[in-house]
Amino acid sequence: MGIVTMLGLVLVVSVLVVATAFGLWRKKADGQMKSIAKYAPIPVADDDPEVDVVTASAGEHGGERLTAQMLGSALGERATIVQFSTAFCQPCRATRRILEEVATMIEGTNHVEIDAEAHLDLVRQLDIRRTPTVLVLDSRGIITKKAVGLPRKADVIAALGEVV
Amino acid sequence: MSSSAICDPQVEVDVRGPRFAAGITVVVLAVSLLTMGTAVAAVLLAIQTIVFGLGAFVGLKAQPYGIIFRKVVQPRIAPASEFEAIAPPRFAALVGFIFTAVALIGLATGVTAIAYVAVAFALAAAFLNSAFGFCLGCEMFLLGKRTFSR
Repeated sequence: MGIVTMLGLVLVVSVLVVATAFGLWRKKADGQMKSIAKYAPIPVADDDPEVDVVTASAGEHGGERLTAQMLGSALGERATIVQFSTAFCQPCRATRRILEEVATMIEGTNHVEIDAEAHLDLVRQLDIRRTPTVLVLDSRGIITKKAVGLPRKADVIAALGEVV
Repeated sequence: MSSSAICDPQVEVDVRGPRFAAGITVVVLAVSLLTMGTAVAAVLLAIQTIVFGLGAFVGLKAQPYGIIFRKVVQPRIAPASEFEAIAPPRFAALVGFIFTAVALIGLATGVTAIAYVAVAFALAAAFLNSAFGFCLGCEMFLLGKRTFSR
């Protein structure tokens, strides 16, 4: 083998094996819409006039609630898709394309893109670790779903279908 | 380096260019890891450090593997159908530059273990980039920013 060392050979093979395993796992897990476990859907209040959704106290509805002020943009009438992006993010543009398309298609839905670098407090509060991260909010601004990585269009539509 | 300096959304490249460049990087880094401790490894690492440096500090147009792609590969394959912004691959080159530079310092100071570890990480990142299109450095960017700035 001449100048090839045993240690070098072992390292190259291990690195390629581990990286392949990681890559395949990541490819599979990337962009999947995960439900927020604590989320409680908007109660159907029609038959009970006592239930006032708007004044429901924090905590009752489970997931975290985002406001127009936090997002720096108005919430959608029926739902909002929030996208966290950075400049050094390859899949952010494709994500934007999909989300804009879906937001136009489903009425009452807004797409809000947030520059993660400029909103580090929000990033820490919501535990955003990489970009793109996509959050689906219901009409109250409560987070119902979260996807890390480029989401599939059908999954975004399905997630919105549950809240609008 | 500020993000605005290397992020010009108007400038775009064929997505296959950076993937091709990462492929050559994988070969160069793998051979240097295999021959670590010899002059071959040191020369290859020095070349790769310069290549990363050109990509990160001068631009993708000056990145030698990218030039090979445009001059030799691109004319022989189908026209580009997908484009991407240059900021992510330039940031990836910067991260690669840091790793190979650390490896060179390790070799120069006789601490070969540092060179082994740094090149192994750089190889993993380059492989993920070329085989899966993942930019590991880009993905670590927000986590780093979150951790180290106020």
